[in-house]
Amino acid sequence: MPGNLVIKGGLVVDPSQRLEEVRDVFVEGGKIAKKAPEGALVVDAAGCWVVPGLVDMHVHLREPGREADETIASGAAAAAAGGVTTVLAMPNTEPPLDNPSLLSLLRAKAAIDAKVNVLFAAAVSLGQRGAALTEIFRLREAGAAALSDDGRPVMDSGLMRRALEYSRDAGLLLIDHAEDLGLSAAAPMNEGPAAAAKGLRGAPWSAETIHVLRDVALCELTGAGVHIAHISAAQSVAAVRSAKKRGLPISAEAAPHHFALTDGDIEGFDADYKMNPPLRSKADREALLEGLADGTIDAIATDHAPHDGAKKAAGLALAPCGVIGLETSLGLALTLLVAKKVIDKKRLVELMSAGPARLLGLKGKGSLRPGCDGDVTIVDPKARWTVPGSFISKSRNSPFLGMNLKGRAKATIVAGEVVHAL
Amino acid sequence: MGDGSTLEPEGPALQDLSASEIESILDAAASFKKSKTSKALAGRVATLIFSEPSTSTRSSFEIAARRLSAEVLGFSTASSSLLKGETLLDTIWNLEAMGVEYFVVRHEVSGILEELAPRTKASLINAGDGAHEHPTQALLDILTLREKKGALKGLKVVIVGDILHSRVARSNIHGLKKLGAKVTVCGPRALVPSGIESLGAAVSHDLDAALSGADAVNVLRLQLERQKENFVTSLPDYYAAYGVTAERLSKIPGCAVLHPGPMNRGVEIESAAADGPQSAILEQVSNGVLVRMAVLALIEEWRSHAG
Repeated sequence: MPGNLVIKGGLVVDPSQRLEEVRDVFVEGGKIAKKAPEGALVVDAAGCWVVPGLVDMHVHLREPGREADETIASGAAAAAAGGVTTVLAMPNTEPPLDNPSLLSLLRAKAAIDAKVNVLFAAAVSLGQRGAALTEIFRLREAGAAALSDDGRPVMDSGLMRRALEYSRDAGLLLIDHAEDLGLSAAAPMNEGPAAAAKGLRGAPWSAETIHVLRDVALCELTGAGVHIAHISAAQSVAAVRSAKKRGLPISAEAAPHHFALTDGDIEGFDADYKMNPPLRSKADREALLEGLADGTIDAIATDHAPHDGAKKAAGLALAPCGVIGLETSLGLALTLLVAKKVIDKKRLVELMSAGPARLLGLKGKGSLRPGCDGDVTIVDPKARWTVPGSFISKSRNSPFLGMNLKGRAKATIVAGEVVHAL
Repeated sequence: MGDGSTLEPEGPALQDLSASEIESILDAAASFKKSKTSKALAGRVATLIFSEPSTSTRSSFEIAARRLSAEVLGFSTASSSLLKGETLLDTIWNLEAMGVEYFVVRHEVSGILEELAPRTKASLINAGDGAHEHPTQALLDILTLREKKGALKGLKVVIVGDILHSRVARSNIHGLKKLGAKVTVCGPRALVPSGIESLGAAVSHDLDAALSGADAVNVLRLQLERQKENFVTSLPDYYAAYGVTAERLSKIPGCAVLHPGPMNRGVEIESAAADGPQSAILEQVSNGVLVRMAVLALIEEWRSHAG
């Protein structure tokens, strides 16, 4: 029977059930079941961890408009290869996803093309121009999973206030790309010694933190949840931590490149190290590690941003921002966070599955409780591998090429179907 | 990078040269003072690609290449059509296919030569990339100081002006530090990038304090459009605080005055200072040709050894 599985002998790590023990996991008709179904395919998970399918709440799939860089199909295949069973695609496509009809079309396409669950964030403002709100209720009816103008900040605080009021009424999470454009001034990297040495303008950390602090104030004013995308600066983490202490519904995600690298790691003028927000200082990186460990940061999300090689060949100053991440994020988290004891296994599952599922209100995801969706990632924590020069993604703009990692997804299961296996 | 007598074909970035390599370029330049011309590049074609306007640097490279008997093909391209790295690369590949072996490149993008160099067999010579490096300018500045002061070791050199956007400042800091000089960069906070001290320069925002005891001051050109971007309050206000004037120089009679040109008289430097007895500005220009001859000749030597 399709959708029927017995996942045998793995260490089940499921914080939703406070579970960390060796046991079998059953999937029947695409849902987690209490006992073994008849005629099930048996998947051997001995020596591996069995965790709820990973949820990456921040990816760019480039469809429609930039299919040479990525498509829904190729991005979903890259997700499967990385152990990710659900992605949230950002709306800065060409044209931007700002209306219900485009959303319906893309959801229909994803249902056919995608190996994993593809959810869509709709734009906050029409054309992502920051002037007029999108039709938030109709977008929710059409299946929007969140709202975001990602790629651009919502510069107008008045518009942001209204967006938050409506997102609260509609029950959709608002994800903010926090950046004061006047301060960052399109600088290609972080302000500091590395930019000074290369002769490039730098964007200061405060460009992000000012908007995080603004969002905290608007969160308090409206009572609406705000989620800070790709948080990168120490002072931003501190702002989120103190807002959470006051009980405000604020949350944040961090990207692997920000917890793995600093601006000092940028090789020459290699644009594969260019993204927005940029790689920051050592102190910022350490603050992210602390925030990931202490619960200030709720999710690891890749900001997977594919760009065709020719665009990145223009070098650090001119190339577009963004790096791919779906196929390396689990390996980086296992190598740099779990193996180095920054976080434990349970926290990893919270950050990569349960946390983002909760933030997005995804019922049946982020947990292996019976009745939940049969989305499961089987993690081989001991597998040693080197990030190769080619990817399942259509693009290869990664700063991690050639890096040695320990741990990766051995198999990825979506609704009881094995969509990736090593 | 080589044995100290020759240069690899990327052309010098001061950051990557050793002290002895810098000295050997300066020695080669000094030797051209006597010989004036050579056949070193006979039969070679050098192309000057300038995506930014430049009279002085371009003329200097052209004269240098001609004195070495090279044929010179020079063109400027509107920056819009050369803006993308890959377009410039296509241009270089096409000319390379026609037999051009030397490209002297001026480009507004920091780091563009580092991106291009690994993709061509031709030699790229950096005539200024964005705010990153302007190696031959720093070499001619240093040659001029060596002639004026004998040795660089222990000299106190002040670089004043728009450090943030200055390739001249960065190349000078690298070169001067390697030869043992002490460097202070001076300018308003808006034009001094945070972290520049990591290159080994002291930072000052008070020109009079910085100039005290200085052996040389290198005065950077202030791009007039910086005012529109609010990097400076006004040009007269800038001049009041950071203008190098005869009055300021009168307190430090042993201080040589350098300027990479072209000058904005009355903005970053007073005419009386630019044309006065402490000025070494025209010597810089003369030395520029010699330094560029030296760089081209040494790269040719490397290319012939590399076979």
